Formats: sequence, structure tokens, C-alpha cells
Amino acid sequence: MAYFIPTAAEDVAPAEVAEVDLYHPHSFVTKYVFSQDAKVIAIQYSFTAIAIGLVALVLSWLMRLQLGFPDTFAFISAEAYYQFITMHGMIMVIYLLTALFLGGFGNYLIPLMVGARDMVFPYVNMLSYWIYLLAVLVLLASMFVPGGPTGAGWTLYPPQAILSGTPGSGAGIILMLVSLALFIVGFTMGGLNYVVTVLQARTRGMSLMRMPLTVWGIFVATILALLAFPALFVGAVMMSLDKILGTSFFMPAIVEFGELSDYDGGSPLLFQHLFWFFGHPEVYIVALPGFGIVSDLLATHARRNIFGYRMMVWAIVIIGGLSFIVWAHHMYVSGMNPYFGFFFATTTLIIAVPTALKVYNWILTLWKGNIHLTIPMLFAIGFIVTFVNGGITGLFLGNAVVDVPLSDTMFVVAHFHMVMGVAPILVIFGAIYHWFPKITGRMFNQTLGQIHFWVTFLGAYAIFLPLHYLGLLGVPRRYYEMSDTLFIPESAVTLNAFVSVVALTVGVAQVIFLFNMIWSAYKGKKADPNPWRATTLEWQTPENPPAHGNFGPELPVVYRWAYDYSVPGAKEDFIPQNVPQEEVPNTEGGLGLPMPAAHQPAE
Amino acid sequence: MIAAILVLLVVVGTVVFHFWSPWWWTEIASNWGYVDDTIIVTFWITGVVFIAVLLFVVYCMVRYRHREGQKAEYEPENAKLEWWLTGLTTLGVAGMLTPGLFVWGQFVTVPDDAVEVEVLAQQWTWAYRLPGEDGILGTSDTKIITFENPFGVNPDDPHGQDDVLVESDELHLELDQPVKVLLRSIDVLHNFYVPQFRAKMDMVPGAITYYWLTPTRTGTFDILCFELCGVGHHAMRGLVVVDETGAYESWVDEHPTFAEAMEEARNEMSTEPKLVLKQDDAATGARAVTQ
Repeated sequence: MAYFIPTAAEDVAPAEVAEVDLYHPHSFVTKYVFSQDAKVIAIQYSFTAIAIGLVALVLSWLMRLQLGFPDTFAFISAEAYYQFITMHGMIMVIYLLTALFLGGFGNYLIPLMVGARDMVFPYVNMLSYWIYLLAVLVLLASMFVPGGPTGAGWTLYPPQAILSGTPGSGAGIILMLVSLALFIVGFTMGGLNYVVTVLQARTRGMSLMRMPLTVWGIFVATILALLAFPALFVGAVMMSLDKILGTSFFMPAIVEFGELSDYDGGSPLLFQHLFWFFGHPEVYIVALPGFGIVSDLLATHARRNIFGYRMMVWAIVIIGGLSFIVWAHHMYVSGMNPYFGFFFATTTLIIAVPTALKVYNWILTLWKGNIHLTIPMLFAIGFIVTFVNGGITGLFLGNAVVDVPLSDTMFVVAHFHMVMGVAPILVIFGAIYHWFPKITGRMFNQTLGQIHFWVTFLGAYAIFLPLHYLGLLGVPRRYYEMSDTLFIPESAVTLNAFVSVVALTVGVAQVIFLFNMIWSAYKGKKADPNPWRATTLEWQTPENPPAHGNFGPELPVVYRWAYDYSVPGAKEDFIPQNVPQEEVPNTEGGLGLPMPAAHQPAE
Repeated sequence: MIAAILVLLVVVGTVVFHFWSPWWWTEIASNWGYVDDTIIVTFWITGVVFIAVLLFVVYCMVRYRHREGQKAEYEPENAKLEWWLTGLTTLGVAGMLTPGLFVWGQFVTVPDDAVEVEVLAQQWTWAYRLPGEDGILGTSDTKIITFENPFGVNPDDPHGQDDVLVESDELHLELDQPVKVLLRSIDVLHNFYVPQFRAKMDMVPGAITYYWLTPTRTGTFDILCFELCGVGHHAMRGLVVVDETGAYESWVDEHPTFAEAMEEARNEMSTEPKLVLKQDDAATGARAVTQ
């Protein structure tokens, strides 16, 4: 307890650097279109990401139609099916989850939560969004070129990704690679902003160990992304060269349908190493912001400090570091040197320890709390359930020899959907509900929120739990149809139909969410500036929603950590970060809490 | 309260589904029972954690739900509790990793008495090559693949002459005989997987990969391509038949050696193709060379 000592007002040093005036927009276009305000950019990122995410949702319906009811839909050919799964996966991982967590929540929350007026490089921040939008448009364009989008699977493994046996191996794959490269350029511009803003633009008193875990999660995830995306970038460039100029980075000598190609001497495994050197940290690029946000949702709505804050911060940092030395656990059966398996199985299972600790600390935050089952809290609990489920199946797949039979089965599909599909998306929903009153100044409809939560949570669980067992049985992923397979019983077909029906239902239920958000933004009840009675700075802004510059004439000064909930002796069950110890209303009707002995300023 | 009950139902439902699910792995037909055992160990350890963690959540949702006068306890950290949990988790992880690494060690160590079988994959068919009487596969190269020499066997390598070529998607294996399965692809990534064997490995063009197994019961099993290989991926199927020794040997005898196949191809080129084809087909059973 001694480590979370609040500061007295006179202890905060004056600012050493004067504030720099912000860029002030002069017209509608510079205010809302080519905006340099991180909050507007956040909204732009979020709308774009959710829009393209809806495309991915529709694609998932189409693939579920095929899996649940094979031979029923004439328009779903094998080519189309492989294109659906590829685009669904790529959109969800990169263009939705990464963009929404970092571009959306990162832009909105970092400046507000650390007490800054904006990102440190607002112009670059604006460019970041517009390049992201361009990447999305190029991705969409690939759906309309001859041959259609790539159907190589979201992992884009060569040689097949650029050979004629794969749908979209012409213009489709080239546009995919161009779009990825653009995304990475755009992300890098935003990412540098997030990191430098956290490091340089925190307000007075906001030490790193007082930052909300949301900021920690986004901060570390951004560092991971800045280090990991370049590997994908070079992979995309090299594959483009193989495709367009006929180089052989990833292409060995190949006989394609009886014809010897001009390629020679390249290594398909090299691409896999580059891809997963990006791809595994990518899992944590999505997970860490989720970890951070869910920590804040749990603490706020359970009215209790996050349990073991320092351990939580270090766990985020350690997980981030370890995530760079586990990539080849995606490659146990790739044909790489089998002895790598010993190393990567060990590192992979070690990463379970800090991850498990985070789970323990979340549930210990609920323990002895004062739990308000608000909509954000329900989503946070939904996250815990699905994340624990998806996390433990990671212990199966991370253990090399267990991965051998399960690799490339539906078990893998179920695992990663549970852990980096359902769980992060539940956090995103929880976060949108949580910050909706701040962003719009209005409250959403509670009943619609309840319906949305229960249908989404229970439905998603019912979709992905049974898929694990199809995987155990040996049903492969990425199969257009199973047709006659000796070991697959008739009941598996029935199960697939059931899963498809649930998937369609859960998908349609998202309309409830969209309606609630749009309707409430205009017609919802006016929200209190701090409706959840939260401690962090974004809830303490003078205007609601926060205006340009966030904090009025004076920046807030931070006197305590982000988790002073239910502090003994305080009148309210929360103390905002910008309230000094001597101004806290106490239970005796006066002001001020006793300063801890360890903190008396030295004489 | 309703929320807590629903979360409880999710936990109970998961456990019930696990034990009552009719979907479970196929009866094993190889020596890799240790793999199944490791999965069972993992199920127990992670299952206990899953149930404990989520029941605790349900308990908290009930016991610490907001009521009038309820106040949370302020307790930033509890180092002792956190170290205990770290320790227990580490033990659990070690409990899964140790058998895992032990069995992985077996998986990557091919026994000396294993015989070699080559599986050749291309979009979207399987073919097989056996080492023949000398027990050694001849060298091969993708770049010398021709219509007459679809395996790309080096014609100058004496070990290759007696290699048995099986140009069919059906492979036979001998019961209780350890096999080192050598995996070759000539175009894109593939993966040779028989669910009942539990072992799989990608086939990478430009390299030869492998795994080993011992078939432990006779029967006919599906072969599935398990690495996305283009639009025909789902149709890239085959059958593996595990035979007793006698039946296995007569199956091997039905197939031509590399030397015989080349001889036949030369005859075809030097004479009237149709006539020779009929005779040779009857004599050697070498249907595939002409495909």
C-alpha cells in the first residue's frame, strides 16, 4: 500500500517548458475533415474501422452459410469461399482490431488520460488517418479487379499466394500487399505520435507509474507494432517483387501443373518467419490495449482499485517483450528445423505466467469490490470468460507436440477467435459503452445494451466452444467442403448448421448496437460529465464532450494514481487524479485526508 | 443476480459439453498415444483453472454486487498472494511443458529401424515412392521432372533405379513397422495428415521435410491435405491402408520400379504408342506413367 502515495499540492514542481499553442482550425473542413484534433481523428479511425469491420462480418456470414449448408448456395464457389475467409481474417486482424484499438482508442484516450492538449505531432497524426483510409480503399478495390481479391488465406503464404492455383493471384494479391504496405506507413505515423505523446506530453504529476493501465496497454502495444510491422512490410515488398519482377525471395524451383517455372532458389519458410515475427506480436498489439482497457473498466465499475497495479504494468511490459521470441510456435509443423520446437514451446508456455497473473488480478479486483453490473462491466466480465477460455487453449497449441495433431484444425480457428476475436471485441464494445457519454455527451439506452451484450456474449461462446471439438475430431480449417470423409460423423454436419445459425443471429444482433449508438448520440439522455464517477483525467474536463485543447486554460495537475476508489476516510468512493490530498472531501464533512507518514516532505 | 446465474450456466455448460460431446478424436492408429496423453494432462490442468477462475468470478458477482451501503475494500496490492499465484501457475505450466517437451523429443528422433517412404504432393494429388530392394531412395530434383519422370528421380543415381513408384493417391503401410515419412512438394505448401496417426508436417517446395510413426492397427484411413494449397485444397484427398506384412508386400509388387517405368517410357517413344501401351499395361501394371 505504501507505494501509491498521493502527493500534496505544493509538492508538484512548476512546469519547466511553456505550453505551445495548438493549431486552431478555421473552417468546417479543417475542423471535421482534415482535422488535426486527436479526438476527431479517433472518431474518423473508429468509423472507418467499424465500417470495414461490417464488411468482414458479412463475409463471415457467407463462409458460415457454406460451412453450415454445403451444396446449397450456388454463388459460393470454392474460389469465392477462399476469398471470403482471406478477406475476413485480414480485415478483422489489421484493418479493424489494430486500427480501432490504436488509431481509435489510442487517439481519443492517450491525450485525455495523460493530461495533454493533443498528440505531439498533430499534422502527422492527420496524415496517419488519411493513409489508413487509402489502405482500406485499396483493400476494397481488390474485391473488384479481375480475378477478385486474394484467396491465399490471411497468412498469404507463398508460393501459392502468387501462383495461378490460388484465386486472386493476379491483381488481387498485388493490391493486398500494396494495401498492407500503406497501412504500415499510416500506422507508423500514428504510432510514433502515441509513443512520443506518452513519453513527452504527460501533464505535471503524471508519472509513468500513475498512468491508467489503458494508456500502458496502448503504449506498449504501439511499441510492439512499431517493431513488428516492419517485418510484414519487407515481406510484402519482397513478395511483390517475386510477383511483379520475377525475383525468387520466397520461390524455389516449382513445377506448376507440369510446367517448370522460372523461379529458383528462394525459401517459402523465410516468408513465414517474417510473417510471424510480425504476426505473433500482432496478437499482443490487439490484446494489450484490451488488457489495459478492461483493467480500467473493472476498477471503475467495481469501485475498487485495480489489484496489483505494479504487477499489472510489469506483466504488460514482460508480455510485450516475450511476444518477440515466441513467433515460431505458429510453425511447429511448417517444416522448419524441428529442434526449434523445444525453444519456442518453452518461451510460449512461459508467457502464460504473466498472462495468468493479469487474469488473477482482474478477478481479485472484483473480489471485495462493490460491483455495479453496468453494461461496460458486463462486457468486461464477458471478456474474462472468453479470454480465459481462449487463453487455456493457447496452452494446448503452444506445447509443440500437442500442436501437431491440432494444428490447422478447427481447434485453432476456435482458439484464436475466442482469444483475439471475441475477447478483444467484447472489450471494444465495453469501452465504447464506457466512453460513449464522454464522446457524445449523451447516455445510451440500457435495455438495448443489455440485449446486445447477452446475445453477443452467449452467442459468440456457443459458436466457438463446439468448434474446438470438431478440431479435436480432425476437421481441418480452410476446407470449402468436407464431402465424404470416413471419420466425420453426420452429427458434425448438424453441429455446423447450428453454429451457422447462431453466427447469423449474433451478426444481426449488432444492428441493435449500431442503432443504440446512432440514436443515442442524437436523442439519448444528456449525460453527466462523469457518469461512472471515475478517477481518470478524461472525466474531469471542463466541457463535456471535451473541447479542442481538452482542458480549458489550465492543464490539470496529477496528485495520485488512477485507482483511488473507495479510499478509507474519503467521503466519495472515488478521488479524481487531479485532486490533492488536502482537498479531498472526508467523511467528517471537512476537506483533506491525512498524508501518509512515509510521504512527509523532508525538512 | 441473473447475470451471475447466466455466467454460472456458461461454466457448467462448458464442462457438461466437454464430457457429453459426441465429437472427440478418432481412435488412434499409430504409436503417438503419448500425444493424446499430453492433451489429456493439459485438459485436466487447464480445466481446473478454468473452472476455479470463473466460479470465483460468479462468487464475486453475487457476494460483492452493489447494494445500499456496500463499500469496496481499498487494497492496492498483496505481494504474498501474488507470489503464491505466480508460483502455482508456474507449477501448472511446468506440468504441461515437461511431458510436452519429452514427447516432442521422441517426435523429432527417428528410430534407426524406420523405413523410408516418400510422399510427393502437387496441386492437388498425392503420389508415393518407396526405396525398393536396396532400402535407399534415389536422389531427386524438381528441375528434372518431366512427363516420363514425374518424380524427378535422378536417372544417374543407382539407388534410384529400384525405387517403387506409386502413382495413385492410395498408400499402403506395413503394420508395426516404423516409417520415416519423407515429404516433398513440387509446387506449393501442402501437408500430409492422417487424423488417426496424429502426426503431420508441412511439405515445402525446395526442401524435404519428414516425420515418423509406427502404424499400430490395420485399416483404411483418410489422408487430408492440411495446408492451404489453392482452390482445390479441400479436394486433395487420399487413403492410407495399413496392412499385415503379406498383404503389404503384394501391394508393393503391383507397382513398377523407376527403371521399369523409364524402360516403358522409352519403348513408348520408339514404337507405335498405342500397341505397346496395351501390352506393357498388362505386363507391369504401370498405368500411371501414361497418365
